[in-house]
Parts: sequence; C-alpha cells; structure tokens
Amino acid sequence: MNTPENFNEPPVLAIPAAEARAQMLQIYPPKTRKKREKQLLINDPTAPPEINANSRTIPGIITQRGCTYAGCRGVVIGPIYDILHITHGPIGCGFYSWLSRRNLVKPRNSDETNFMQYSMSTDMQEDQIIFGGEKKLRAAIQEAYDIFHPKAISIYATCPVGLIGDDIHTVAREMKEKLGINIFAFSCEGYKGVSQSAGHHIANNGVFKHIVGLDDTPVEAEFTINILGEYNIGGDAWAIDQLLQKCGIKVVATLSGDVSYDDICRSHTAQLNTVMCHRSINYMAEMMEVKFGIPWIKANFIGADATAKTLRKIATYFESQKLKDRVEEVIAQEQAELRPVREQVTARCQGKTAALFVGGSRAHHYQDLFRDIGMTPISAGYEFAHRDDYEGRAVLPIIKIDADSRNIEELEVTPDATRFRPRKTEEENARLAAAGFSYKDYDGMMREMKRGTLVIDDISHHEMEKLIELYRPDVICSGIKDKFVIEKMGVPCKQLHSYDYGGPYAAFTGAANFYQEIDRLVNTKVWQYVTPPWKREPRLEARFTQQDKRDKTAAGDEPKKYGRNNGTAAASEV
Amino acid sequence: MNPLPSASLPLMDDDEPVFHHAVATRNACKLCTPLGACLAFRGIEGCLPFLHGSQGCATYIRRYLISHFREPMDIAASNFSEQSAVFGGASNFHQGIQNVVKGYRPRLIGVATTCLSETIGEDLRLLFHQYFSKHWEEGHPEMVHVSTPSYSGTHMDGFHAAVRVVIETLAVGGPRSRRVNLFPGMVSAADLRYLKEILSGFNLPHTLLPDYSDSLDGPSWGEYHKLPEGGTPLDAIRAGGSSQVSIEFGRTLAEKNTAGTCLEEKFSVPRRLLGLPIGIRESDAFFKLLEIVSGHTLPARHEAERGRLVDAMIDGHKYVARKKAVVYGEEDLVVGLAAFLAEIGVEPVICASGGRSGRLIESIQAVAPELAAGCRIMSGVDFMDIAEAAAAAKPDFMLGSSKGYLLARKLQIPLVRVGFPIHDRIGGQRVLHLGYRGAQQLYDRIVNTLLEHKQELSHVGYSYL
Repeated sequence: MNTPENFNEPPVLAIPAAEARAQMLQIYPPKTRKKREKQLLINDPTAPPEINANSRTIPGIITQRGCTYAGCRGVVIGPIYDILHITHGPIGCGFYSWLSRRNLVKPRNSDETNFMQYSMSTDMQEDQIIFGGEKKLRAAIQEAYDIFHPKAISIYATCPVGLIGDDIHTVAREMKEKLGINIFAFSCEGYKGVSQSAGHHIANNGVFKHIVGLDDTPVEAEFTINILGEYNIGGDAWAIDQLLQKCGIKVVATLSGDVSYDDICRSHTAQLNTVMCHRSINYMAEMMEVKFGIPWIKANFIGADATAKTLRKIATYFESQKLKDRVEEVIAQEQAELRPVREQVTARCQGKTAALFVGGSRAHHYQDLFRDIGMTPISAGYEFAHRDDYEGRAVLPIIKIDADSRNIEELEVTPDATRFRPRKTEEENARLAAAGFSYKDYDGMMREMKRGTLVIDDISHHEMEKLIELYRPDVICSGIKDKFVIEKMGVPCKQLHSYDYGGPYAAFTGAANFYQEIDRLVNTKVWQYVTPPWKREPRLEARFTQQDKRDKTAAGDEPKKYGRNNGTAAASEV
Repeated sequence: MNPLPSASLPLMDDDEPVFHHAVATRNACKLCTPLGACLAFRGIEGCLPFLHGSQGCATYIRRYLISHFREPMDIAASNFSEQSAVFGGASNFHQGIQNVVKGYRPRLIGVATTCLSETIGEDLRLLFHQYFSKHWEEGHPEMVHVSTPSYSGTHMDGFHAAVRVVIETLAVGGPRSRRVNLFPGMVSAADLRYLKEILSGFNLPHTLLPDYSDSLDGPSWGEYHKLPEGGTPLDAIRAGGSSQVSIEFGRTLAEKNTAGTCLEEKFSVPRRLLGLPIGIRESDAFFKLLEIVSGHTLPARHEAERGRLVDAMIDGHKYVARKKAVVYGEEDLVVGLAAFLAEIGVEPVICASGGRSGRLIESIQAVAPELAAGCRIMSGVDFMDIAEAAAAAKPDFMLGSSKGYLLARKLQIPLVRVGFPIHDRIGGQRVLHLGYRGAQQLYDRIVNTLLEHKQELSHVGYSYL
C-alpha cells in the first residue's frame, strides 16, 4: 500500500526513466509520437500526471487489446454458468470465446448443465448477411430452449449483426414472451469502443437491467457481501470464498466467477459490495448503490498484506467486534502458515524487478504480491483501463468523454421505490468516516508505484523491446499475446490472464502459489542454455559500465546484474 | 449407421447427406477463414499478416494460434471504429499499412479482410490502388489481398485462398526448371521440416508454400526480432511459375481453384493432387511421385523407415486391431487419418469435419475402400453431432484436436491429440503426421495410449502387457 515517499531514496530505475522514455518515443512518426507521449509517463505518486488512457489504438501498431464482444461475452457474462449463451454471427467469434478464459466453475447441483462448456453460434452464412439473420436467431433460441430448458438465454451481437441491422433486442423480447424464460441481448459489436472495456460496460448494463433484483429472497447470514470484478481465473474466487467463510462472511454473488443466474438475481440483498476489478465492474457497483442503497468499497485479495487489509476494511464496515476479532484471528493464522514460504521465496527474490502490462486492474493488484517477496515493480501499465484506474477516482469529474465512450449507453438509474434501503445510517457513516473508513476509495495504480517508475498504457511491442533492452526486468507479467515475444528475449513471462494453467493466486493460499511460481520463473536455470547476443558477438558499449555503477548505487549492498544469463553479469563480459 | 454410398454414385455438393440438422452450431468443429489466411501468411519470409477490420479479430486469432504454437504471432489490423464501419476504413487502412511498413519493415504484407470489412463491402483493389498511387516508393513491400469473410467457408478455405493469392500475385513464368512446388496445406511445423528433408533427399529444388516450420517453431533469440526468421522466400515463390510440377496435398481440393490450378492455367505448370501423405498408402503415392519427378529412386533412409513402420505394425497389431475410433478435424486431415487407421486395423467409426467441401465421403472411399459399412462419414457437423453419433458407436479412442477433450472425457476414452488446435498439451506444432516417419510416430502414440488406458483400468496392474 501507499508508503510515504522518501525523496532522498535512490532512483528505482538504473537508467533514468526520462532517458528510456525518450528512446521509446524516438522512432515514432510525429503524429504517433504525440499520442504515445501522453500514454508513456514518468510516475509521480504524490501528483500522478495525466494519462491519455482509453484512447484508440493506432492502426498498424500491434496491440494487446481485444474487442467489445470479447469484453461482454468473454469476460463479464460468459462465466455465469447456467445462462445459455448464443453468439449471433459468423463462426469465429463464438469459437474463440469458447472456454478460452480459464474462469472455473462448479455447478451447484450435479444435474445442472454447465453451459460454459458449450459455444452456441448462429454460424451466419452469406445468405443471412444478405437477407438478415433474425429468423435463424429466433430458430436457434427455440432450439436451445427445446434441448436444454435453461433458466435464461443471452444473445451477443458480432460485427456484421450491427451492420446488417438485425434487431436482436426485439427477437429477445418476443422469444422471452413466447417461452416464458428470461432472454436478453447485448449489442456488443466488436467495432464499438476502444477495447474490450466497452464490452464490460455494455455487459454491466445488461446484467443490471435484466438479472439483478429479480429475486428478493434474502440470504440468511449475518454478514453478506458481493464480490464484484472477480472472475475465478484458476480458482481465485474459491480461494477468496474459503477465506471469507472462515471469517464468517457470506458471499452472495461473485460477478462473474463461479456464479449462477440465481446468485445474481438476489445479489441486491447483500449488505456491501466489494470491488476487485474496478475497471470492468465499477458501473455495476454504482448502479446498485443508486437503486438499492448498497455501498461499495475497493477490495484487493491479491497479495497477503493486501488481503489482510481488505479483510480488516470489511470488518470495520460491519462494526462488529466479533467479526473484527475473528478476522484478526484468521489473518494471524493464515499469515503464520504463509510465513515459511514467503520467507524462503523472499530470500531468493529480494531485490529483483518486475514489470506488469495487463488488464484493467491486474497490473496494479499484482504489484502487491511482488512487494510481499521483496521485488520492485519498475514499470506497469494497463491494456484497456481508463484514467481513473491510473490516477484514482478523484479525476472522474474531469475525464473528457470521447465519441467512443459516448456510443455506450449510460443507464438512468433511480432509487427503487420499494427496495432502496441505505445500509448505514448517516450517523454510522459519520462514525466510520471519523475512523478513517471511506467508500469508493480507489486511488489508482500510480499512487502506489514508486517515484520515477515508468507507466505505459497500451504498451506496444517496440516499447516492450526497449524496456527489456534497457532494464531487463527479472519477470514481466502480461498475456499470451506477448508471452512468447518476451520469452524469446530471455525474460520469463507470467501470464496474468490465464495464469499459465496455474492458480489460484488470490487470498493467502493463492499468494503462496504465486510466490512459488515467481521463484520458479526468476530463478530457473533454463536461460543458461541460451547464448545471449553479447556472447555471440561481443560488443563494447559504454552504457554497460555505467549501468553497472548505477545498479550498485540503486540496489545498495546487493549489486544487480545487467544480464541474468548464465548467472554472470553482462558487464563482466565487456 | 450410414453405410457408404456405392462408388459409382456421383457425389456433388447437393447430394452429400446432411448430418447437421440443428439450427445453431454447437461447439464448432471449424474455425474462421481469416485465421487460416493469417497462418498461411506467417509461413512466408518477411511477411506480416494484416487484418482489414476490427482489432478484436487479430487479437482472437493471435491468441488462438499462439496457444497452439507457443511462439510470437503478430497480426496487424486496421482497427476499425464505429466511424470506419459507417464511412469505410480507407484512412485506417492507409495509416495502418504505413505504420506496419515503418515499424516492421516487412517484405510482404498479407492483407485479409474480416466479416466487418466484407459486410460493408470494402473494395480492397481500390484501396491498394489509392495507397500505392500515394505511397509507393522503391523498396516498398509487396502487398497481397485475400478475401476471407468468416460467413463463407472455414479456416481451411482461408488458408488455401491465401496461398493461392500469393502465387497469383507473385509467381512469374520462365523456362522450365527442375524446381518442384509443394503446397502442403495446413500441417504442423514438424511436418514442414520433414517435407523439406524429403525434397532435399531427392535432390529437388523446391518451393514449399507456406513454410512456418521456423517462423512458428524457432529457437530462443535473446533479443527481439520484429519478424521471425524462416518462411518461404519470396524468390522461391516467384520462381514457382517456372517449376516442373506443383504437388498439392488435399483430396477435397479436386474441384477448387488453388495455387496449383492457378499455376497450371497461367504458366502450364502441371498440378498433381495427392492426399495428405498420412499412413503407408498415401505416403507411397507421394514418394512414388517424387521418384518420377526427380528421376531418383527412393533414398535408402525412407525405405528403411517404411520397413520399420511395417515391422512396428506387426508388433502392435494385436493392440489396435478392431478398435474403434472417432476421427475429426479438417477434411483432408480426416481423410488421411482415416486411411491410416484403416491400414492398421482400426475402424474409424466416425469421420467428422466442420468443413463442407462435398468431397469428404468420396475422398475417404477412394483412399480406404476397405472401410465399408460401419464407418460414418459426416461433413459440416459440430461437436454435438459428433457426440450424438459417438454415443451409439461406442468408440475406444478419439483422434483429433484438443477440442474433442470434452467428449473424450464424457465417454471416458483416451484422446490422441493431432492437428490443430492443441492447447492443452505442449508441442502441438511438433506433432508429426506425414510420411513413414509421421505414421510411425502416430502408430506408437496410438498403441501406447491404448496400452496405458488398459493398464490404468486394470485391476491387476502388471507392467507386462
């Protein structure tokens, strides 16, 4: 968390960030450079500079970003396992969103169908593109109903659907009336918006309009919360749920990871919303607060210290001594169990560096895990986040709404006539505020990163290459599209979208997994078999010597090595 | 069970029995056309695939190809916005190509269209013309365009179409050379390496197109290469117009316009269409043709490999004979695998593909006439159709991509992973399918998988079987 910045602290980066930034920007033509300048910043945690996040990727610059359909179908709604999902479009989109995200699920009852294992597509053909696909969509819904009798069916539009003007919402409405089950549609054509982030927003709107609040049966438990923006990649939501159960806190719904349609129908009965991925789900938290009176706080179960902090924050909210005591007991117990692993790994990883370029919150959250084991994040950036995720929610009122964002519907939400119920009285809130507790408290990534580190939004391959050339971080966290690019350059890469088939990494149990995984990655001996370029063709570069000096100053008594290969400093080769 | 129609029955597209009766495609056994095109482009030296459409397609296709190959796979895009969807993507195209030229310095840009640009009717010829009239300069990379709307055909169609446009655009005629063109279709990186070894063994100069054996299965670099090494050299592609023969793999391509037919029409390079050389018979046909083309007899090493393969079949026949298999994937892969399975005594009770060339039945029939009744050949199907058929067929194992895992798990039978995509095992790009050596490896894997399965289910648990 926020450590007070020591201004006399040696710089985190061996080569000043300004120099690296200049080198990264140098090759761009003027127009591109002007744009990238605003997305490539040197961090100041006390006054984060303005970042031009959530702006369109320049054509021809290969990006990590996905599309609106991916954000909607793939990320937010896909994990609801008992909704039958139908992709309306040609085959590609449906195929690519078929179980490719590792969001794990266990159906509540053994006789239920886990629809995540299915990828239904209308597989539009040329004649539907010409004559319209509504008829086929209607027939596909009927067919899906006849075979599976699902509780709900969800329809997703792909690019051509919007272009040919199929009215999927009317089809959904008509079929809903005809079949008597909940059927709704999402206009999440891939060309909308800047990235998958637009899809998250569209999905939030749809889930809020069509599912949340359908069932008022309260969940019987003393302390009830929802976890928003947790997708159960590699079993994270299970690890969190187990931990919360130990504390006596009941999770009503996790949006969206290992979650059922029914869970979401009654998620509005919870006493508190905790937000993990602020980027993908803050819309939902805001709308639930306005309509039902559920307040929200920012949570982070990634990293042992962050998890402990989040647990305490939840306990503070409930103002129950019993819960507070229990939480302290659980934290003490879990930290004690984790300590041997953490210490072992810290001994091997202390002083190493990491860079993270992923997601809309992961590049922030995972910094806590690295700090747990004494590693320093030297550079980070998101793939699809907005300014508030970098600079904090304080900038929300001054964010300029561009044309792309304006295309996405903002729901007009008003308090529910019968079900709006503030969870706390004004007095209670005043008391909490006095104790230093705050709601909607997201300060963004930059305030938690060190001064002089590099913040790079929507990083390009070229910038990644420069970063590796200049700093050779000991590990880079990214996604599958960059993983092998990074590893070809001799730097291990940890995928934070799919976890490289690992996980869970959340809560204390997950933290142990992550520490060990990073230990394996940064201390692997495999790189000794790679002949680095400077061994094939020895070159003399003044930078190396200087680099070595700077390293010594920067890392104090443990001089860092420029090259990791073969365990020898590259500097010694020159 | 659907017995095979008799050999005399002419099978045209419309006559092919329809096995997919559902409206929706449920767990597709095919991928989208631009994926195939991007993969083919990646197998050309210095080529960067470029999708004209929204960025999501490039991202999805990249993540899918990468999860199989575990290698960098860059695909640029013109990143359509809502505005370009309405007013056209010309300015995005210009900007995108310029950035790619500056940033990557490719030798060839392989432009494929997506559903989006196809639906709004982008005129790529016009865009190319406008672009070149403004930005052409000495040394500018070549550009080719392939039309790949995903609402028409499968990834295989995209793959073959991309190979064709590259040949169409680049190949030039000339005095007949000894060179051989080989258009292998969508095979693994290991297959491609092996094919090159075979051709070199016959002392044949060759144009193997595409060739992603290095670009998608390369060594660790230590430093970043904007474009990976390897791929079919552009000069080799140009020389393809003066080759003595084009060999094309894929029995279902018989009536299609392909790179092979293009060279035949334009430069009178004769085209020889063979099945994918999987198993003994199809490999024999391939080697026989190489003997004729090269004037050399089969090199001793291949003779020896064939001998060992037959010997292995003798050793292992009791483990595989009469076993029933479900085979699925691209049509031509299924044809080859069915032929191979028939040779080793396995009954491919279901041969299924999401492709719909109209030639699957006759191709299998031609290559494995001994497969009579009891073999159900289904084209244009999805995995639900396959699952329904498999429930009745009681197979012993499955042969195909990772996508069959769900069904294999449900049936509690092993899955031998071949083809594409293999994303739940390492080394999908190194699975060898072709030639005697590929048959040997497939054979060993199939036998061992069956042995392992039997051993695991055994109550006794001996290590001698």
